[in-house]
Amino acid sequence: MKMNGRVWKFGDSISTDQISPGRYFHLRTDLPELAKHTLEDAREDYAPNVKQGDIVVTGRNFGMGSSREHAPIVIKMSGASVVVAKSFARIFYRNAINIGLPAIICDTDRIDDGDELSIDLEAGRLIDKTKGFEFTFSPIPPVMMKILSEGGLVAYIKKHGGLKI
Amino acid sequence: MGKTMSEKILSRKVGKDVSAGEIIVTDVDYMFAHDASGPLTLEQLKTMSIEKPAHPDRTIIIIDHAVPSPNKTISNNQAQLRRWAKETGSRFSEAGEGICHQVLVEDYASPGQIILGTDSHTVTAGALAAFATGMGATDVAVAIGLGKTWLRVPETIRIQIEGNLSDGVYSKDVILTVIGRLSTEGATYKALEFIGGTVSGMRMDERLTLSNMSVEAGAKVGLIPADEVTEKYLESRGRGELFQKIAPDDDAQYEDTVEFEAEKIEPSVALPDNVDKVKPVSEVAGAEVQEVFIGSCTNGRIQDLRIAAKILKGRRINPSLRLIVTPASRETLISAMQDGTLETLIQAGASVTPPGCGVCFGALGGVPADGERILTTTNRNFKGRTGNPMAGTYLASPATAAVTALKGVISDPRGFV
Ligand code: SF4
Repeated sequence: MKMNGRVWKFGDSISTDQISPGRYFHLRTDLPELAKHTLEDAREDYAPNVKQGDIVVTGRNFGMGSSREHAPIVIKMSGASVVVAKSFARIFYRNAINIGLPAIICDTDRIDDGDELSIDLEAGRLIDKTKGFEFTFSPIPPVMMKILSEGGLVAYIKKHGGLKI
Repeated sequence: MGKTMSEKILSRKVGKDVSAGEIIVTDVDYMFAHDASGPLTLEQLKTMSIEKPAHPDRTIIIIDHAVPSPNKTISNNQAQLRRWAKETGSRFSEAGEGICHQVLVEDYASPGQIILGTDSHTVTAGALAAFATGMGATDVAVAIGLGKTWLRVPETIRIQIEGNLSDGVYSKDVILTVIGRLSTEGATYKALEFIGGTVSGMRMDERLTLSNMSVEAGAKVGLIPADEVTEKYLESRGRGELFQKIAPDDDAQYEDTVEFEAEKIEPSVALPDNVDKVKPVSEVAGAEVQEVFIGSCTNGRIQDLRIAAKILKGRRINPSLRLIVTPASRETLISAMQDGTLETLIQAGASVTPPGCGVCFGALGGVPADGERILTTTNRNFKGRTGNPMAGTYLASPATAAVTALKGVISDPRGFV
């Protein structure tokens, strides 16, 4: 999988409460409406302006907190093609892969808001085209790569008829 | 080589020796979804064309997040869950029965089980030595459909706590202190084991608070050895026959051991907006708050309400703030009615709301105004958590909460209890 896009930069420890606030709980069965509030409590300008293919770049422990799968779902629905973080909270990471949103781990300190990135998932390579530097990142674990390459866990189960990990 | 609790539980489950780092596919004993994630869980089952749970008697639908339902959208979602449970013969816990984790502990969990829920605080049942962990709606849908899940056997951090807690210091202060030390990502992908004399001396309700918040350090499970306290608790719940002793081996391999001396632990608070911003109450004493909330799966049990009632007995809360109390379950509410706890709290000025998640996650009532501060006995204080990103949340024990309600400013409970 290869992605190209513009960076939306966020800080450390962005919680699921900031990604998809509990106060919009009643919108959880209306995902397009819920997605209008994506990351609202972290950056108000994100949801109204994000473009298809853009890239969310963030610091440590992205997605900490609740198990709400709506967090990665709204990020994907908002248009982002991938999330790049220094580290992810466990449940968020697993949820992201399950719903087919690539999540990659690498040092994001030198990446700034508005940079143009190019990412090659299989090769484990990230290029910051604006700054002209390149990173390699550790590949997504094999089990999760299998799930991701089928488009998520539901598609995986449908194709393989069970959990043949 | 010796085994940690996780390695033991998972090895028994899959019928062969497994150790940290291995990926396994395992049967699941209980899987549950609540009204906040249940509709998506059912949606995913539908997409997979799965009509029936693999084990309806082990599948539980719990209405707890919005109780009673505040609007028609949520009512319709809850109605859908109710209908599905009935049609499939799954177990069902109606609005008002209690918070999912409390329901699991009261009626289902026992040592050695694997429990999955669509909620991060599913780790609560780790206090009963169950490998209980939160996952998203899709993973839980797969577990419901197939009766199985995949897991990576986690490495373990041993939390060793020895000594006696001082008066006014509770298991909530212990877990806040632990998270303050580990940070909110210190145990990501890892298991925690709470070990030592302080832990074995704790009642079950106190242990539940420890396990409940282990996810706040990023942990996958927060396990406590199954001992006589566990056995007595299960007997009192009519599940004595499900008891089995589970403890780590003496030569188990830990990734790390972090030691705490109980005598040194003080009443603590987590400051807005992060659970690991932990300070002794004494350092923030005097800070104004406009609302106090006692409840949640962390500290909404009968023993918690009794601690608050003891402090508030015969007194009135400070007129500068509001106090909201939400019992964790119907049983908690009934006990609190029967022993006078409820009357004490209401006479002191508390508003009591029906068993459920209540104020905890900002979707229902008790939302603070812009610029206000709320002190709660819950487990999270991230920006916006209590429903208003312009407000701030402190986390503390029920004793600290009650004394704060009395004084109108954050106050140290020592001297009051
Ligand atoms: S009480 Fe709070 S933390 Fe516990 S399950 Fe309910 S919303 Fe989640």
